[in-house]
Amino acid sequence: MSKPTEKKGAVQTTGHAWDGDLQEYNNPLPRWWLWGFYATVVFAVVYWLMYPAWPVGNTFTKGFNTITFEVDGEERTTHWNTRALLVRDMQSSPSAVRQREFLEQIAAASYEEILTDADKLAFVRSYAHGIYGDFCAACHQVGGAGIVGLYPNLANDDWLWGGTVERIEETLIQGRLGYMPSYRETLNADQMTDVAVYVLSIAGYEGGDADAIGRGDRIFHGAEGGCFQCHNVGGVGRTSQGAPNLTNNIWQIIDVPNAADHDARVELVKSVLRNGIQRQMPAFADRLSPIEIKVLTAYVHQLGGGQ
Amino acid sequence: MKHETVETNAGLLIILTLAVISVGGLVEIVPLFYINDTIEDVEGVRPYTPLEQRGRDIYVREGCYTCHSQMIRPFRDEMLRYGHYSLAAESQFDHPFQWGSKRTGPDLARVGGKYSNEWQVQHLIDPRSVVPESIMPGYPWLIENDLKYSDIQARLRALRRVGVPYSLNDEEYQANVERFGEETARWLDINRAEENLVAQARAGNYDGNPSRITEMDALVAYLQVLGTMVDFTQYDDGYFVQFR
Ligand code: HEC
Ligand code: HEC
Ligand code: HEC
Repeated sequence: MSKPTEKKGAVQTTGHAWDGDLQEYNNPLPRWWLWGFYATVVFAVVYWLMYPAWPVGNTFTKGFNTITFEVDGEERTTHWNTRALLVRDMQSSPSAVRQREFLEQIAAASYEEILTDADKLAFVRSYAHGIYGDFCAACHQVGGAGIVGLYPNLANDDWLWGGTVERIEETLIQGRLGYMPSYRETLNADQMTDVAVYVLSIAGYEGGDADAIGRGDRIFHGAEGGCFQCHNVGGVGRTSQGAPNLTNNIWQIIDVPNAADHDARVELVKSVLRNGIQRQMPAFADRLSPIEIKVLTAYVHQLGGGQ
Repeated sequence: MKHETVETNAGLLIILTLAVISVGGLVEIVPLFYINDTIEDVEGVRPYTPLEQRGRDIYVREGCYTCHSQMIRPFRDEMLRYGHYSLAAESQFDHPFQWGSKRTGPDLARVGGKYSNEWQVQHLIDPRSVVPESIMPGYPWLIENDLKYSDIQARLRALRRVGVPYSLNDEEYQANVERFGEETARWLDINRAEENLVAQARAGNYDGNPSRITEMDALVAYLQVLGTMVDFTQYDDGYFVQFR
């Protein structure tokens, strides 16, 4: 430590003394600091003039700075504010413009062109990757694998509502309600077993005697079960009802292929008959723009199972 | 007052310091209460129904706001991900508001209608069963706990006291009919709060079990209404700019 007492005569002190001899120098502020301070004052005044700043009565000073953007092809100019800045950003920032160029190409192209043109397809994949992640992956999972029992697989060629671009687009716009009634009240346990054995037989699983399969067939195609009304004759599915094909051994609701044995498989089918099914695909017409829906439709179609 | 008096008097120093730094806050905040344009002129925003309000209470109780904001800011990337930026009008009946700035999870200001009720229930019970990489905790008790709503009238009365237009008498009810329309006014009638709450839970069947009213019913009803009250297709790009 230097000895403060030596310099005491040269520089003025504040005159306060604590603890007997503890004193403070009263040095002038450094020049650079003082000018820096004046600069902030000048900056503030310029800022007040340029940007919204002071409340006056029930409004406020808007500043001279302006932003121009378009509404329905008409130019509109307002005082500077973050909302106008955003509108301009959405309309004319470089990344927005570049993205719009691609989106306009997609909007103008037919699905067939999109799905066969490598450039367009690459754009669809990268753009959809983002919106699929935000809006779809929580249910259908990344890559479209779905979850058995909860959300259908979009990456295979087994469709509830149809895998053509028109049907996929319709699914996205209006949403879907998958509904199968519960048979708790209409079929007894034996009848359920029969029809379950029949359903498994058309999917290629052996087990159960021919009599039971025959009885199940009659329930499936008769008034008692009426399964054919939705699942179609022979159980090949009906996309207008969102009823799946039961003959292809692809299962969306129950995990039949991984069941231990035939009894377990029968039990699984019976659980569907007892509980019925009700599940909902939300409508996206209000949430996504038509072009986003188009991009997603093409994306889902190219995941693997498009028809 | 001498400099020395202030510097040697801790109590006085604290008071004067607080007075000086509060100027900044006051100048920024106070005008918002009387500037005409603070709350946008927009149709559709109404106070929460009794069931939604109970759901909101549970949202606060469970601390969902520690990970989720409800404020879509006016930036391009936020608009692309979450939808239209939040309006002041949309949280005018929120006490306390849930804007927040901590986003461990996504913003929820417009999560209403994004997913089905079944997804919400499944996700709240066990987030990783639908989003394998999720770090959100599960809230399985919500589906087990019966919703307590015997005090719903008191809760709505408290909100009414801070300015939320729930109606207590005929005059206020008529004012609500005028402001929100007959149907909404009925939901906002404090005298019918229990009845309304039960009716909405029965009809909505948010948790998939119509025979019970659980905390899950209330929370999902609340989540499903978030950000859905304003129909943005009614307003052009420039409309909300005029309020800033
Ligand atoms: C809340 C969960 C959920 C979200 C989010 C969701 N879906 Fe679905 N989706 C479903 C359910 C459930 C079904 C099955 C409906 C049924 O059973 O008929 C379905 C069905 C579909 C189908 C029809 C499948 C078929 O086999 O016919 C398509 C296509 C589809 N979704 C695409 C999407 C896309 C693209 C998104 C994102 C924009 C999306 N879904 C978001 C739950 C969801
Ligand atoms: C009202 C129409 C309807 C009727 C009648 C109907 N189903 Fe279904 N069924 C469906 C629909 C729709 C699904 C798919 C639901 C979904 O995926 O959300 C389904 C799914 C199933 C499944 C599950 C398939 C899988 O992939 O996991 C089985 C098994 C089944 N039905 C069997 C039957 C049998 C047996 C009957 C008659 C006793 C029957 N269904 C009657 C509409 C119907
Ligand atoms: C520890 C932080 C944390 C807490 C606490 C938390 N969440 Fe989450 N939440 C997340 C994360 C991370 C995600 C994204 C992954 C996912 O979807 O699970 C998420 C996703 C969500 C989503 C889906 C949003 C979307 O757009 O996909 C909803 C809805 C949600 N949370 C509701 C809630 C509710 C209601 C509560 C309180 C009961 C809550 N969260 C508490 C972290 C949290």
